[in-house]
Amino acid sequence: MNDGPKGLGLIAGLVVALRVVWRTLRGRPASSAGAAAPVTEPPRGEDPRQREIPSDRRAETWVALLLFAAAACALAFIVFYVIEQFDTQLLGLALGGAFALLAAAAIVAGKMVVPQATEVEERDELLDAAAAEEVVEMVEAGGEGISRRGLLTCATCVAGGAVVAAVATPVASLGPAAKSLHASPWRRGVRLVKDVTAEPYTADEIEIGSFYTALPEHGDPEALGAGVLLVRLPPRYIHLPVSRHGWAPHGLMAFSKICPHAGCAISLYRYPTYAPTSVAQPAFTCPCHYSTFLPGRGGEVVFGPAGRELPQLPLMVDGDGYVRAAGDFDADVGPSWWGVRRS
Amino acid sequence: MVGGAAVVSLISRWAHRRFERGVRYTEQRLGGAPMFKWLMRYVFPDHWSFLLGEIALYSFLVLIATGVFLAMYYVPSSALTVYHGSYVLLHGQQMSEAYESVVNICFSVPAGLLLRQTHHWAANVFIASIVLHLMRIFFTGAYRKPRDLNYYVGLTMLMLAILEGFIGYSLVDDLLSGMGLAIAYGVALSIPLIGGQLATLVWGGQFPGNSTFFARLEIVHVFLIPLTLLGLIGVHLAMIMRQHHSQFPGRGRRERNVVGTPMWPAYALRSIGLLLAVTAVLFLVGGLIQINPIWQWGPYHTYLSENGAQPDWYIGWLIGALRLMPNWELVIDGRTVIPNPFWGGVAFPLFVFGVLYAWPALERRFTRDQRRHDLLDRPRDHPTRTAIGAGFLSWVVIIFAVGATDRVYYRLGISYVGEIHFWRAGIWVLPILVFFITRSAARALSRSDARPLRGWQGAVMRRDLDGIPRVLDESAGDEPGEVTEPPVGTRPGTDG
Repeated sequence: MNDGPKGLGLIAGLVVALRVVWRTLRGRPASSAGAAAPVTEPPRGEDPRQREIPSDRRAETWVALLLFAAAACALAFIVFYVIEQFDTQLLGLALGGAFALLAAAAIVAGKMVVPQATEVEERDELLDAAAAEEVVEMVEAGGEGISRRGLLTCATCVAGGAVVAAVATPVASLGPAAKSLHASPWRRGVRLVKDVTAEPYTADEIEIGSFYTALPEHGDPEALGAGVLLVRLPPRYIHLPVSRHGWAPHGLMAFSKICPHAGCAISLYRYPTYAPTSVAQPAFTCPCHYSTFLPGRGGEVVFGPAGRELPQLPLMVDGDGYVRAAGDFDADVGPSWWGVRRS
Repeated sequence: MVGGAAVVSLISRWAHRRFERGVRYTEQRLGGAPMFKWLMRYVFPDHWSFLLGEIALYSFLVLIATGVFLAMYYVPSSALTVYHGSYVLLHGQQMSEAYESVVNICFSVPAGLLLRQTHHWAANVFIASIVLHLMRIFFTGAYRKPRDLNYYVGLTMLMLAILEGFIGYSLVDDLLSGMGLAIAYGVALSIPLIGGQLATLVWGGQFPGNSTFFARLEIVHVFLIPLTLLGLIGVHLAMIMRQHHSQFPGRGRRERNVVGTPMWPAYALRSIGLLLAVTAVLFLVGGLIQINPIWQWGPYHTYLSENGAQPDWYIGWLIGALRLMPNWELVIDGRTVIPNPFWGGVAFPLFVFGVLYAWPALERRFTRDQRRHDLLDRPRDHPTRTAIGAGFLSWVVIIFAVGATDRVYYRLGISYVGEIHFWRAGIWVLPILVFFITRSAARALSRSDARPLRGWQGAVMRRDLDGIPRVLDESAGDEPGEVTEPPVGTRPGTDG
């Protein structure tokens, strides 16, 4: 894909060519231009109208050269397309170069070859009061002789409203009712599995200081409520409310991975390796708007725009050492809406 | 050589006859000659800033041309598949068919990457030129009666263009755009009362949506919004041609006339030149400068995200607002009424566009100026308007820049938390400063008529033998022609 030297050579060539064109066009000897085009000193009066015919053979030659060069570039694109289909740089240079040369030809022609004129146009008076009045009269004349105008207007409005409502009703089939927002794939007893291999997590492999992404076994991994953050905290960081007694067996805790602010997946975990750090406790941070949550305090928000706690998933460890959900989340997962279930 | 000249003249005589006959043919059937005459004589006032709108129009044409090509290959499906295409680094990865199809456009379709990158660049240039065009319209007072209607059409097109761009890069379903869609879902959900219904209708259920979601996005991106934009562009151009372009004051330029280059031939050629130049630049950057390398982001899954993610620039102001907002939510009796993303994602852009829509009427009310204006203002001659515009613009631009505070942290090590706290105050203080600085600068410039951006300002003096200093005329810095512009007397109402 990246054929550096060839691309660079082409760029350099193009730059040199553009410079030559630019210099030649700018460096047109003033005498020849002056001889070909009589410089018309704009009159000092109010009338700015003027017309000037450049008759510049040199500019015409340049336009022709640019057009031929554009054709060459366009043909080069076709050649590159056939022999170097996937060299994006080369293709872009050739096609862009063709358009650039065409553009240069059009602009040179527009400024130096065709007649140059300054014209004056008068603007219309937009408001024609008599005509406007006539329009109103003509429209209203369409209702002449109708005696029950109010009734008909009313009936039209009712019919129009009802038909529009009827036509708009199928919009409702676009989605299920909003109660589907409460959906969650977690139930008591569902095992937490790894996101890549789908193997179940055992309690032993969850180490302090890292976070693990877990999904519900046999659940839809793409569901909003599927992803959870799994961590193990030492007891000194755990200050769960009394109502969540037993939700963190052996310090294992799980939280929805979806930020309750705007639905991004939380992917930053700060664990205080050295004693004094900015947050003295382990914290999750969402990379989208940097809402920061404390797992040790049940997902409490300590910074950022999130307006509610990170929903916590109660856990248990079964006889074989596998981590299982001990129930559903304590709140709705994902971004909040009018009437969301908060923890 | 003589033979060649004869052939050329033969061809040109033949072409002339064909052309005459062709004109008669259409005239007998349509009789459009008066309209063509009017069109060819239509006068365009010359100013570089008038080209911004044209650049937007021409990048839209490039968007349509490249977009049609991309649509031939795009598969709007969220069904999962395992990749075994030509990009080895993604082999064996599970991904949606949508993402796979775009990776194939990049690596398996000849010239596919060129067209995809050109399309993406064109979208950025399209929106950027609309924003710059809007700034030109605002600061020169071009939105005043009778062009206020057209200004509303332009604002509507800007909103649609931003939405269109966002949906466009969301179609790819790569990790970066998936995060963007998640945020869009959060913002849609946050609308009070109807948010839940709205989001489930748009996505066909809970995020990431049902199997038809990408088909829905595609129909909006390739049909509904482009068609609406085309219609609005038609209205925009028709309205401006009815009223004629506004113009800056100058020699012979009055409120009731328009002075400039007629459409045929010089202006048409220059404008075609601009179309070709825009196309050229877009293909050159599309070929040479990488943009949105989706194969590096990888496929999106709801449970994945990447750090340091940034949207395309025109979404940046919303990200900044979402990040800056303190975690306020309106909660009544334990029920969430207004979730947080509403402030930054809905209320903020609605307020910005609301102010822009309301501005012409507001200005008419405060200045009591109901007249029609066809001459443009220099920004300095309306210090209050210019200062309000600059302050408002700086407010939005600072919030946009706040979207990059995490990059500032990575690059410079300035605490992210500290930056956010600083800007929560800064976005209110700085725009006020900008307002006062702009106003006094505009007043000073208007009084002195200095032109600080136009190079050499002074005059060379020489002292005569008898000690009297004299200005040397030929070294005065002004270019010829500039003298013809009237100096300060260009305030509204001083109709030529």
